[in-house]
Amino acid sequence: MTSDPLVVFDRVGKRFGDFIAVEPMHLEIHKGEFLAIMGSSGCGKTTTLRMLAGLEAPTEGEIRLAGKRINDLPTWSRDTPMVWQSLALFPFLTVRENVEFSLKMRGVGKDERRQRAEKWLERMQITEFADRNVAHLSGGQRQRVALARSLVTEPEILLLDEPLSALDAHLKVRMQAVLSNLQRELGITFVYVTHSQSEAFSMADRVVIMSRGRIEQVGAPQEIYRSPRTRFVAEFLGSSNVFAGRVTEAAGRGILIETPSGAFAVPAGAAGLALRPGNEATFVVSDDRMQLSGARPEGGNALEATVLAEEFIGATAVVHLEGPGGEELRAQKSHDELARLTLSPGDKVWMSWGPEAGHVLPGR
Amino acid sequence: MSDDINRSAPVEWSLRAYLLLTFAFVFAPIAASFVFSFNVDRFPSLPLGGFSLTWYQQVAADPLVWEGLRNTLVAGITVSVLATALGFGAAYTDFRYNFFGKSLYLALALLPPTIPVVILGLAMLAFLANIGLSGAIHSVIIAHVVMCAPFAMAIIRLRLSQMDPSLEAAAWNLGASQWVAMRHVIIPFCRPAIFAALFITMAVSFDEFAVSWFVSGLNETLPVKVLGFLQGQVSPKINVIGTFVFLTSMTLVILAQILLMKRGTGGKAGQ
Repeated sequence: MTSDPLVVFDRVGKRFGDFIAVEPMHLEIHKGEFLAIMGSSGCGKTTTLRMLAGLEAPTEGEIRLAGKRINDLPTWSRDTPMVWQSLALFPFLTVRENVEFSLKMRGVGKDERRQRAEKWLERMQITEFADRNVAHLSGGQRQRVALARSLVTEPEILLLDEPLSALDAHLKVRMQAVLSNLQRELGITFVYVTHSQSEAFSMADRVVIMSRGRIEQVGAPQEIYRSPRTRFVAEFLGSSNVFAGRVTEAAGRGILIETPSGAFAVPAGAAGLALRPGNEATFVVSDDRMQLSGARPEGGNALEATVLAEEFIGATAVVHLEGPGGEELRAQKSHDELARLTLSPGDKVWMSWGPEAGHVLPGR
Repeated sequence: MSDDINRSAPVEWSLRAYLLLTFAFVFAPIAASFVFSFNVDRFPSLPLGGFSLTWYQQVAADPLVWEGLRNTLVAGITVSVLATALGFGAAYTDFRYNFFGKSLYLALALLPPTIPVVILGLAMLAFLANIGLSGAIHSVIIAHVVMCAPFAMAIIRLRLSQMDPSLEAAAWNLGASQWVAMRHVIIPFCRPAIFAALFITMAVSFDEFAVSWFVSGLNETLPVKVLGFLQGQVSPKINVIGTFVFLTSMTLVILAQILLMKRGTGGKAGQ
């Protein structure tokens, strides 16, 4: 990653009347990175992307592309092509005409247009459909047409607005591989908006998590997964158990937090160092670090929880439980282990984890 | 379909008979006019006197008919172009913009066909006479544009409602300015509806009598001429003109229907 950002959102905000879609934010996007912006619907991720594309005007702040202010540049004068959630292919044009569209709009001559479109048709493996109407293509093929159409001008940046949401699971995974490879080979910047954690975390170099118009956290997928910065992020990722309570002991590298379900030892980490006895604190434990057992285990942190339900997730299953303090808890387990435990809803079971598995959230 | 347990033969047959009777009721008078236009007798009565093209020859030789036809055609073509252009603009405004008073705007834009034609004709005559535009072919054109534009708008609006709203923004995003996107995306998408609107508005103008009668003055259109003929004498020439007007209007309306029903390249975008 270069030190020179390709895109800078400098205190950029967007409001529609009284409604704040995006609070003034600062975000830098580096040249050649795959950046995913993730959040639930209405969090401002699409508005952010549309401001970069020039389809919405920011109400405050400055957007810079390659160092130049682009706030007042209409979308047709920017080279920030977007792949739409609906794909928005032109239904009255053939595949080839769709791909040639932006070249035609930019006044590129017929022969050159043909040549450059040909190259992208080949690259996206849709040459054989070139003269077909786009309405007669499958979902995956249409996806490739949309990509070719946006990339034909060889832009520095490609914006993608939930482009895979309409595909079935199998095709989705295949298109993820296509997108990842494409981005690596081309070396151009991808900004990818999605509500899907698996899409964001499997493809992106960095992930931006947004909520209610604010950026909650920016970081590499592993980093966000291992150390969520806020309770929102921890809950949004969905695989964490969140405990809130009051610090009773803060001795160097380890702290003790008293929660409604008991007192638990947690490593202080970066965020916990400032905590003093009496402070409120929140910590998370990822669901794959949770142990389940019929009897109280020796040492470590443990609590007795009530089984609510089991959820089948492919090779593993997630057991949903309720802690003595009413917390919603979860543990990810293999089917073999669950077969040994023979749990049914209403059963009491001991949940335990090593102190090193806890992660203290900063603030709040 | 006798093996279909969810259907009953008596019901099917009675529905078919009902449909047939309805069509007979609607088309019998027109068919009669068509048949009598080829009948040699002076008065329409059965049994038929014999096949003849006399009345067609008489119509073709009548300069008044030709003058009426010319007025009708000039008005019809001009009206269809102007009304479709206006209707397109109105429909696009509705598609693209949200503004205060939009429902009022839509109600006003779709109002003219609900006004009784006699009232509309009278109002048009009074208004056009006041500004010195009555009694000429352009009076008919102005009045018919007012009547036809809402039809064009309704047809094109329906088509625009089938368009993926991101299609236009996608064109802008790919380097097309607003006018260019209009030309390369909106108009091609609406093309079938635009042609359908052209045909329908032409048919409406072609058939329209009451308003034309009020405002046309000496430049009578064909339907107005027909009334003139009827007042003088009942001539089988009416049957000939009726057949011609019917066939022309039906052709236009059927063409419009075909355009509107054709999917293929039309279907919804981005599904």
